[in-house]
Amino acid sequence: MSTFDNPFDPSRSLNSNGCICGRHVSQVEHERDATAQLQCAAVESEEKRYEHVIASAVMRAVFPADKGRRAFLQSLGASAALAALSQFFPLKTATEIFAAGGPIEKKDLKVGFIPITCATPIIMAKPMGFYEKQGLNVEVIKTAGWAVIRDKTINKEYDAAHMLSPMPLAITMGVGSKSIPYTMPAVENINGQAITLAIKHKDKRDPKDWKGMKFAVPFDYSMHNYLLRYYVAEHGIDPDQDIQIRAVPPPEMVANLRADNIDGFLAPDPVNQRAVYDGVGFIHVLSKEIWDRHPCCAFAASKEFVIESPNTYAALLKAIIDATAFAHKPENRKQIAEAIAPANYLNQPVTVVEQVLTGTFADGLGNVKKVPDRIDFDPFPWQSFAVWIMTQMKRWGQIKGDVDYARIAEDVFLATDTAKLMKEVGLAPPAATSKTFVVMGKTFDPAKPEDYLKSFKIKKVV
Amino acid sequence: MKTASLTGRAAVVSLALLFSFLVAWHLATRDTGTSQRMDPEYAKLMGVTATQGKSAMPGPIDVGAKLWEHLRRPFYDNGPNDKGVGIQLAFSIARVLAGYLLAILVAIPVGFLIGMSPLMSKALDPFIQVLKPISPLAWMPLALYTIKDSSLSAIFVIFICSLWPTLINTAFGVASVRREWLNVAKTLEVGTLRRAFTIILPAAAPTILTGMRISIGIAWLVIVAAEMLVGGTGIGYFVWNEWNNLSITNVITAILVIGIVGMLLDLMLARFTRLVTFPE
Repeated sequence: MSTFDNPFDPSRSLNSNGCICGRHVSQVEHERDATAQLQCAAVESEEKRYEHVIASAVMRAVFPADKGRRAFLQSLGASAALAALSQFFPLKTATEIFAAGGPIEKKDLKVGFIPITCATPIIMAKPMGFYEKQGLNVEVIKTAGWAVIRDKTINKEYDAAHMLSPMPLAITMGVGSKSIPYTMPAVENINGQAITLAIKHKDKRDPKDWKGMKFAVPFDYSMHNYLLRYYVAEHGIDPDQDIQIRAVPPPEMVANLRADNIDGFLAPDPVNQRAVYDGVGFIHVLSKEIWDRHPCCAFAASKEFVIESPNTYAALLKAIIDATAFAHKPENRKQIAEAIAPANYLNQPVTVVEQVLTGTFADGLGNVKKVPDRIDFDPFPWQSFAVWIMTQMKRWGQIKGDVDYARIAEDVFLATDTAKLMKEVGLAPPAATSKTFVVMGKTFDPAKPEDYLKSFKIKKVV
Repeated sequence: MKTASLTGRAAVVSLALLFSFLVAWHLATRDTGTSQRMDPEYAKLMGVTATQGKSAMPGPIDVGAKLWEHLRRPFYDNGPNDKGVGIQLAFSIARVLAGYLLAILVAIPVGFLIGMSPLMSKALDPFIQVLKPISPLAWMPLALYTIKDSSLSAIFVIFICSLWPTLINTAFGVASVRREWLNVAKTLEVGTLRRAFTIILPAAAPTILTGMRISIGIAWLVIVAAEMLVGGTGIGYFVWNEWNNLSITNVITAILVIGIVGMLLDLMLARFTRLVTFPE
């Protein structure tokens, strides 16, 4: 369920395989239902959107499980439910406080990003004026790699940055770096990755035939690494024994694929589409086919920044929420592609970025595919995402011993500081924000991470 | 006339080599022309490499056109991540000069010390030998972590890498000043400081400047690697950004520009070296 969905809708389907907006049983029905689509994207003004986001957060806080919320709504009706909710939570005031904010402590900010489409909300907020609207003068700075972006954020050269969602978890736990408490107030994109193989492997569509092949992922602590490992393991391939997985910076991936140095990669876009565009590879599966609506990249800020400049932080977050909501709407995607493709941002041909964002793309094997939710944007950092990521970290030996899944998830995804900040601006931070989801046909229950972990046949023996 | 004709002949050979290289390059990167049959809707989504069988490697004409495009407006500024080649070069040269001058300020006095004192020479030798061969890229994570500022880190890396040639050459030049000259100075009871400035410095100057010439070459080598890693501004960042876009044309253009600037820096120091050289 997306943050921009209407949680006051009693007839909302509980089935997650519906349309992109989540309100319909199927995509076909979604498209036919023009009026309903209007409602899905019903954000007439900024004010309304904040109200909507806040009301959603409160609704979720009171009824964390979809089932309970549905029962409540059905028995009362949406408007009565909203009225009941307003009784004990001043929605209007909270919205006003959130929208108005206090005086901004620091106007000139620097935000780092890696030139991939996951960073779309962060990047587009600059050329499309979302930062300006919040009274901020933000410079978005292109950065060479994940390690550099981490160091520059720690060094306070950047006030906030684009990161891979497992990174704040890894950094907080002190895996692969010294332990620094990080805050991750928003997920940027969901879906939007793919497995790309070299053209010469076009007949090896079954992962069982992949033994001995070399794959690249952007970083060890990335959704890409965990999704690729999960995918091949489900097909009986041990990612540590049967194939080679190495970390390669995204810009180098296509060049390496062309040079026959690697056989394929699970990478962020536009790298996949670029490999197709240059005729070196084809898209084997989209990451949404592995886990639909999985998180990928995140918006992260140093703890110090959050504490020292809460109003700036709130303004920045508002700009990101605005931009994400704008990017969520399919009809805006073409315009966004044109805004972020130039050399100042992604530095890619517009058609490549457009294919990624609109979901009408060439697959590299001569077909044009139409997958509107190839990439989507939703800022809500579900804590169950964090728990899943940690189960995979443990599964592949990145972390050892007992893990306090719930506590770490709570600390990093919607960290305590974020919660405090939300309280300061008059919001009730969502208390329980977990949901179950399905990865390759297998249901994940965030309450039982250890059982989930035990259920895998292939894992690294520690 | 003999020497003039040698220069003339060398120029002819140079031009012939350049011309044959360009022709070979052009022939090697011609379009294969084997355009695949594709659905037009599909072809619209693909690049020219895939649809028209265009070589992924640009030809000399593409590079020439790109070079002209960059030279025509070298100082445009489209925001923090997209600036003209002239601005990028200015950033790189400023960084190189800062790191290089710092290195010279440290290397020459320390080189003097090592050259004049056999004890210090022996004592410092192991450190120099270990630190000298370290690649700039190896220094970078450490610098970023400790200095906590990326542009200072880049300058530090240039400093640490361009330090050694000047240091070693200074030490060598100082140590090998002719004994007779020093003995004459001793006979005339010249003080240590005066001896250093009026006898050793002029005598060792050619060697020191040769070291400085090697240093500036290394500093210019390092800047590209450092900026590729740190990003932001500079010619190294430009190369990285164009690599990101898989634009080999721009990368080759940048390589040409880097080569030419490196050559100019070297020529400048060569001119200085000639000024201080003395006939034996």
